[in-house]
Amino acid sequence: MASTPTSGKAKLETVKSPSNIASPEQMLEYFKDMLLIRRFEEKAGQLYGMGLIGGFCHLYIGQEAVVVGMQSALQPQDTVITAYRDHGHMLACGMSANGVMAELAGRKGGYSRGKGGSMHMFSREKGFYGGHGIVGATGPLGAGLAFAHKYKGDNGVCTAYYGDGAANQGQIYEAYNMASLWKLPVIFVIENNKYGMGTSQTRHAAGVLYKRGEGYDIPGEKVDGMDVLTVRAAALKAVEYVRSGNGPYILEFDTYRYRGHSMSDPGKYRSKEEVEMMKENHDPIEQIRKAILATGKFAEDDFKKIEKDVKAVVNESAEFAQQSPEPDPSELWTDILVEG
Amino acid sequence: MSIQILMPALSPTMTEGKLAKWVKKEGDKIKAGDVIAEIETDKATMEVEAVDEGVIGKILVAEGTDGVAVNTPIAVLLEDGESAVDISTAASAAPAPKAAHEDAPFVNPSCLPTQTPAQPAAAAPAAEKEWTGPTVSVTVREALRDAMAEEMRRDGEVFVMGEEVAEYQGAYKVTQGLLQEFGDKRVIDTPITEYGFAGIAVGAAFAGLKPVTEFMTWNFAMQAIDHIINSAGKTLYMAGGQLGCPIVFRGPNGAASRVGAQHSQCFASWYAHCPGLKVIAPWSSADAKGLLKAAIRDPNPVVFLENEIMYGQSFDVPADPDFILPIGKAKIERAGTDVTITAFSRMVGVALQAAEKLAAQGISAEVINLRTLRPLDTATIVESVKKTNRLISVEEGWPYAGMGSEMAALMMEQCFDYLDAPVVRVHGADVPMPYAANLEKLALPQEEHIIDAAKKVTYAA
Repeated sequence: MASTPTSGKAKLETVKSPSNIASPEQMLEYFKDMLLIRRFEEKAGQLYGMGLIGGFCHLYIGQEAVVVGMQSALQPQDTVITAYRDHGHMLACGMSANGVMAELAGRKGGYSRGKGGSMHMFSREKGFYGGHGIVGATGPLGAGLAFAHKYKGDNGVCTAYYGDGAANQGQIYEAYNMASLWKLPVIFVIENNKYGMGTSQTRHAAGVLYKRGEGYDIPGEKVDGMDVLTVRAAALKAVEYVRSGNGPYILEFDTYRYRGHSMSDPGKYRSKEEVEMMKENHDPIEQIRKAILATGKFAEDDFKKIEKDVKAVVNESAEFAQQSPEPDPSELWTDILVEG
Repeated sequence: MSIQILMPALSPTMTEGKLAKWVKKEGDKIKAGDVIAEIETDKATMEVEAVDEGVIGKILVAEGTDGVAVNTPIAVLLEDGESAVDISTAASAAPAPKAAHEDAPFVNPSCLPTQTPAQPAAAAPAAEKEWTGPTVSVTVREALRDAMAEEMRRDGEVFVMGEEVAEYQGAYKVTQGLLQEFGDKRVIDTPITEYGFAGIAVGAAFAGLKPVTEFMTWNFAMQAIDHIINSAGKTLYMAGGQLGCPIVFRGPNGAASRVGAQHSQCFASWYAHCPGLKVIAPWSSADAKGLLKAAIRDPNPVVFLENEIMYGQSFDVPADPDFILPIGKAKIERAGTDVTITAFSRMVGVALQAAEKLAAQGISAEVINLRTLRPLDTATIVESVKKTNRLISVEEGWPYAGMGSEMAALMMEQCFDYLDAPVVRVHGADVPMPYAANLEKLALPQEEHIIDAAKKVTYAA
């Protein structure tokens, strides 16, 4: 086993100089990718309010740096799987905003032709394997995708996301055990947004999440998940470790969701001051904006243009979702089994 | 153009709410994410955040107003450069979008044919080829092993995973020799963690591999039933057909012998209940081999229910290397004219013995080996009952919501006018399986039960 940075002391050390981590052009890309997620989610919240999106809708606002930073370290053959706070992951994987928004609205033009909804979307083409509604399922499913990478010898890595709440599920540890035994190329990505629905981490999780792989010989690291460059630095290191055949790796990202667990969350379990403090001091988009300005390579006008482009993409997706017809009633009976 | 701020739906069930408080007032500049108002829903008081940037031009619904319907305009937002004068030109005629939150009541398609599209008729199973060549006598255990080995030779993406399948050579010796032929890349011992390895196998199947996942017994698969149903069975549908799950879950099901309640249970009706799965329960060696090969080639998740007591029994199997059986096709094991007996797995043998004794008493029983429980070969059953006018369903499992209940429903729906007697269910006793030898025997269906049932429905008793 290679050196295992399980002490957590390595935090941030790898990104003392962000210029080594990403060029100003790359940073601008991350800004754009995060802004797209932010604006998309705001629009989804609006459409939910209008009754165009039903059921559960879990927004990713505040957590954008995690998936954008992780994706920046991946290669085309790699795979991604996550739970139900998943719209950001889809966009970061390159899935079209139109297809995702139409699926949220339960329309024919959605990725699952309206049959999956917010929590259940997939794109094999983009390496995105869902979109799963069962808390903790992505641990073993992600290890299974990694098993396939190893079996096929395609040099791929799977990033399996789950939250701090899911980190308590037993199946996560069954997956740790087998992933480590079989040296599966999987990164377990814990998006620790501090609350499992409305129960704070201090009330739901004993000990430290990233250290929970220690007994399985899986190195783990706690990382600032609000800074996309820090995320990227940690991701590059973990991906290198995993792709080299060393087995799984755990990345626990400290992050924060600004909105409720789902749309009907009254937010009584945390203070407004706490939410405001995170927005004011740790916003991932503001942080990268400042970092980009500091390079001197881009200016406000560049952001303005991106903001305009992103708004257009998001507005078009909302328009597309509303124009797309509901699935044909005959769709009720399709895709239950592969025929033939 | 100015933007109307609408009364938002803040829960899946909200249709109206109270505008409790305006946090912002007319003339206030707001940006996306700012809290502008508080609303009391049917569940809680919630904050409403602005989505767009601008200045609040006019408040249309005063705070304290009760019963404000979702999508009612509550304020007008002015964008850069607009003044309150522009409010009158705000698009107010936009039709209120249809709320997605009004849950349609569940409808049984067979009850409401005018509103719900009818379920398309299931494709007829592939015709069963006549295998007339030479046969060899093999045990069910060997037949299962041969099926896996042949499919592994044929397709490099097939692999076997489970507890004790490799070095131990199979807890029941079903995977004997596979490790030696295919190596540890394709024959994989797992820890005793059914939930985890079932999930890993499903993930591998998402990526296009074809796992054969052995459960030491189906009792232990209870730990994995979430992945079998939620992950394997539902993903194709949830993905709009994009992502399937070509996987076989197999292992012994039902009562073994003297192992008590937690190791003796039939899960046939549990899995047969679920759309998105195929469910197979072989009886003979030919069933075992032909259907396991078909299951491995099938692009869908297949639940394959074997029986420990059958593993050591020998039957003739076609020697043809291409031998395979179609999924979804029952087999008439014994033709008869007076009563139809359906059975699956070990109970087929019990039913055949009963039929033999019934023949001596002048009752001609037709025994149907169901072989596939989902999709069920209803045509073969219905055709038989149209001839015999009587049905006895035999299963080892519990009666309540069991396979026999499904047979009774099938008879009501498709054979009502053909029945000369009520359907009789022969089944396991509705109790957890006892350990004591005498009690265990009392809990399981026996030949005499079937004979008694046949006499009853033919009014010979």
